[in-house]
Amino acid sequence: MTTAFRQYFELCGSLLYWLFVAPFRGRGWRIGHTFAQIVRIGVHAVPMAALTALTIGVVLAMQSAAQLAKLGATVYVPGLVSSSLIRELAPLVTAVIVIGRSGSSITAELGTMKVSEEIEALEVMAIPPMSWLIVPRFLAMVIMMPLLTVFSIYVGLAGGWLIGHYSLHMSTAFFVSHALQYVELSDVGVGLLKSGVFGVLIVTIACSIGLNVSGGAEGVGLATTRSVVVSLLTVFLANAVLTALFFF
Amino acid sequence: MSPHSPVSAAEPIIEVDSLVRHFGAQKVLDGVSFKVYEGDTFVIMGGSGCGKSTLLRHLIGTEKPTSGSIKIFGQEITTMRADAMQKMRGRYGMLFQSGALLQSLTVAQNVALPLVEHTQLDAGLIDTVVKMKLEQVGLTGHGHKKPSEISGGMKKRAALARALALDPPLVFSDEPTAGLDPIMTAVVDELTQRLTQKIGATVVVVTHDMNSVFRIGTRIIMLGTGPHQGKIIAAGTPEEIRAHPHPAVQQFINGDPQGDGSDDSGELLYRETLLGTAAAGRYSRPTMSSATP
Repeated sequence: MTTAFRQYFELCGSLLYWLFVAPFRGRGWRIGHTFAQIVRIGVHAVPMAALTALTIGVVLAMQSAAQLAKLGATVYVPGLVSSSLIRELAPLVTAVIVIGRSGSSITAELGTMKVSEEIEALEVMAIPPMSWLIVPRFLAMVIMMPLLTVFSIYVGLAGGWLIGHYSLHMSTAFFVSHALQYVELSDVGVGLLKSGVFGVLIVTIACSIGLNVSGGAEGVGLATTRSVVVSLLTVFLANAVLTALFFF
Repeated sequence: MSPHSPVSAAEPIIEVDSLVRHFGAQKVLDGVSFKVYEGDTFVIMGGSGCGKSTLLRHLIGTEKPTSGSIKIFGQEITTMRADAMQKMRGRYGMLFQSGALLQSLTVAQNVALPLVEHTQLDAGLIDTVVKMKLEQVGLTGHGHKKPSEISGGMKKRAALARALALDPPLVFSDEPTAGLDPIMTAVVDELTQRLTQKIGATVVVVTHDMNSVFRIGTRIIMLGTGPHQGKIIAAGTPEEIRAHPHPAVQQFINGDPQGDGSDDSGELLYRETLLGTAAAGRYSRPTMSSATP
């Protein structure tokens, strides 16, 4: 446990150097690698994020409509859907999807590279693994998490609109104006801040565990599971802390 | 001094002094000292688990010793700062035991990697150098393949081509011929000899292939196992090693299953203890009735 924390903070320290100091010493960010990771981490996650956000938007609208109909207050459905999605659900659900498909993949890939001596080979070829492997993944995650969250918010709202329009017979203009009425710009800002924080946590945990794999194929498997579990718990904990700080 | 300027013949390229490495309570390297001179093909041999790959990892700077000193090109690397170590690494190539090709790149991209990273050559020139290096190791026409699409021996040869991409003055090689057929073993050995004889490079090879040891080695050390774990038990020219009186050296050269170099003494002791305990009646043979449910 202590070793894992030490390894994590060592990685974070090294990452800070390679992000902010190394570029001024002639070792810039690898833009090509970063774009490749943006596609892998972000673009390929779009269909899954879309499907999940759509179903959540639909379910939120149906559940709230069922309860609010008893009070004759279905007019509040758009606001409930939008505020829930923007403040909590879109950042959190996007994080869960990214942990499941990208965090696990980062740990498994780096772990396999570690056990097959590829990372050592990079070091020996004087190609720093931090610059070649970690910084591009970090940048891609920090860029794509908020973008995926914005995308999830839109798709989730579209899911809510489906119920609002076809089941509750609201006009599109009514749905949009009521959805926006209950949301402040600061809510969007905090939602995106949350997703950025989640992105940092997911990528640093996945990289730290992946880079410290030992024990062959079994070690890679165990590390991947550990990466997913630790990332999920950390993200849920961070979400609670951020909600308490900004909304409570 | 330019990065590739040769060190004078009197100065050793590598100087290892009293190197000790512990893994927990286990002493893997125990007071290892040797010097490697320019143009040498220096062979580190020994049985499995003797610490030869660990020694190599210390030489390339990916492991830090418990104590002792390693000087490469006259510079102490055990206490070297990361940025200085980066520069030092630009002066040597390394062939890993598994090849360690990057799986996400093709064979040609792997060989081109050091050239792309450390030279200002244009893409056309890099392509030409890569083709030449692949031809040297007998991999013409395989450059477009991913490492997962080629055999283990081909991976190793591709990794050798990558290690030689920058024509480094010092090359480390971990089991370069393990897993290769006899013809390819000869090709790799010949390539190693050509490196030292024609280019003047210095090569450090870790191997337990005795044919290769005597074919390419100009100076040899042997690390011991068992009671001699991590110690140099023999050092010298190939002739001196062939005539070495140490029984473990002779056993290793001749490939005898029994002798000082075998580490099965512990197993025998355990077996004998077990048999002795059984004879004393402390274990009873299970009866048929107790075995059936």
